[in-house]
Amino acid sequence: MKKRLMYFIAFAALAALCLGFTGCGKKGNNGTLTIFNYGEYMDMEVLDMFTEETGIKVLYEEALTPEEMYTKYKYGAIEYDLLCTSEYMLQRLMSEGELQPIDIGDMEYSGNIGERYWEFARSFDPENKYVVPYFWGTVGILYDEDKVNAPVDSWDVLFNGEYKDEIIMMKSMRDSYMVALKYLGYSLNTENEDEIMEAHNLLLKQKPDVQAYLVDEARDELVAGNAAMAVIYSGEAYLGRQYGLENGRNLRYVIPKEGSNVWLDCFAVTKHCDDMDAAQKFLDFLCREDVAMMNFEYIYYSTPNEAVIEELSDEERADEALVPSDDAMDNCEVYTMTNTETTEMMNRLWKELGAE
Amino acid sequence: MKKNKTRNSRVWLSSPYILWIAGFTVIPMIMIFHYALTDKNGGFTFANIAAIFEPIHFKAMVFSVEIALGCTVICILLSYPLVMALRHLHMGKQGFTLFILIIPMWMNFILRVLAWQMILSKNGILNLLLTSLGFEPLSLANTSTAIMIGVVYDYLPYMVLPIFNAIADIDEDIIEAAKDLGANGLAVFCKIIFPLSVPGLLSGIVMVFVPSMTSFVVADILGGGKLQLIGNIIEQEFTKNSDWNLGSGLSVSLMIFVLISMAFTSKEDSKGRRESAIW
Repeated sequence: MKKRLMYFIAFAALAALCLGFTGCGKKGNNGTLTIFNYGEYMDMEVLDMFTEETGIKVLYEEALTPEEMYTKYKYGAIEYDLLCTSEYMLQRLMSEGELQPIDIGDMEYSGNIGERYWEFARSFDPENKYVVPYFWGTVGILYDEDKVNAPVDSWDVLFNGEYKDEIIMMKSMRDSYMVALKYLGYSLNTENEDEIMEAHNLLLKQKPDVQAYLVDEARDELVAGNAAMAVIYSGEAYLGRQYGLENGRNLRYVIPKEGSNVWLDCFAVTKHCDDMDAAQKFLDFLCREDVAMMNFEYIYYSTPNEAVIEELSDEERADEALVPSDDAMDNCEVYTMTNTETTEMMNRLWKELGAE
Repeated sequence: MKKNKTRNSRVWLSSPYILWIAGFTVIPMIMIFHYALTDKNGGFTFANIAAIFEPIHFKAMVFSVEIALGCTVICILLSYPLVMALRHLHMGKQGFTLFILIIPMWMNFILRVLAWQMILSKNGILNLLLTSLGFEPLSLANTSTAIMIGVVYDYLPYMVLPIFNAIADIDEDIIEAAKDLGANGLAVFCKIIFPLSVPGLLSGIVMVFVPSMTSFVVADILGGGKLQLIGNIIEQEFTKNSDWNLGSGLSVSLMIFVLISMAFTSKEDSKGRRESAIW
């Protein structure tokens, strides 16, 4: 009797073990691509179209933030072939040898991506070998014109105490410190401890004035009229303004004059991918005008695809949230990976800010 | 011999349960303890567990205990009057009232919390109601009060149901007898109903205190990211900072704390009463 029970337990443990590892047991190298992307960051019809045209099946996974993506990629049971993430995370993956070079010259539609964006990508991928730009944008302030005393053009409005309880900050470590660092006139990639501490103290002082720290809900809070201003990604701002108009609110997006972050999300091929040909086909497919247009109309972030930009109306092209002007971009910087000590320090300070 | 054999064959019935326990409780626990007791390079350490005493973590822990205690007390205070009222209802009405209480549990937990966010926000339903009645609007959104409202709302049924079960079991004759001997309503409640409801109360406490202490979604949504429970910090260590060792260490400290507080309720219990749900 007792023996039987032991047998059961052993069997159960074994079964559970098998259950746990099925994730990495199978691997689709014959005509299947596993793609990892941010949430709501691709028109799902695009994937069906791709499968229809090429016969390559697509498995699709989503994550919310670059950090979460990294954790899932690194420690998860699924081996992703392609992933789309932000520049500093791509740089980290690159430095850890997780990415495979892509033959960009060989792609039929890579010419659709403007030279300006390849240059952007060179800030972390110097030879344009590993990543293909997907969408890009800026971080700025979305504000309600009827709730502010003067047009907003500076990060100052977030720190001068004038709009107590009307401010929504970003619940994202680097974006929050970016705001404070830029306001203080420092680089957003600084590794200087004093500068980071100064930014941290500013954020601590600001906390009582902040209504909430949000990411995706910020836009809806403004549309609902619960706050006067929010730090927000440009794509969200564009949609926010559209929804705002429907609800009778005059929302405006501005890239503050002190400068901000310009971000670039790119697709890259991981070292787990066995079928480079299929992966490259997919990347090429994403650059094709009609596909890029579908994705653009689904996401409404700024596209690096010049064939799509040409198709836009004058009104859309003049929109700072959709196509940022060169002037506004003057002081903007791309995030680069900070050294380990800085990253750890910022992680610790961010946690402190949350606990305060 | 024969008896032994039937018992033997019945063991098979427990195999799904054993599989479940092994796969989803024992193995994950072993993994958590393994992560908790090692550092990033795999060396043995107690630092991750001791990290609970760092000011940031400790503060979040204290806040979690405050929320959990507050939630438990409020749930108890809300449950007894409700249950006492229910006791005197007819069968049909009783069933209907319990049904009403349980209906919200059919809906997704996150959706219910999001609904509270809509109610409590600045231009939300509550403030709309207050201003139209001529009162000052309240700023409840993103405060600890909002979190408290959220957890109480979510866990109240888990307190009401076990207490109701315990009290519904009480024989009416015992109460009649007490009344015959001159006990008034208060004395009946204090000397009979309450003591007999203790087993239900204890399992209610376990079912409310533990989840409200370890939850993080409510604090995330109703706290607006400004307030952190220990659960939020653990979640962040896993998903954002990819420091699974620290995350596991904090989880283990939290488990230890929960076990200690549960031991406390079981001690109350060992004076000859029925045992609580956990031990």
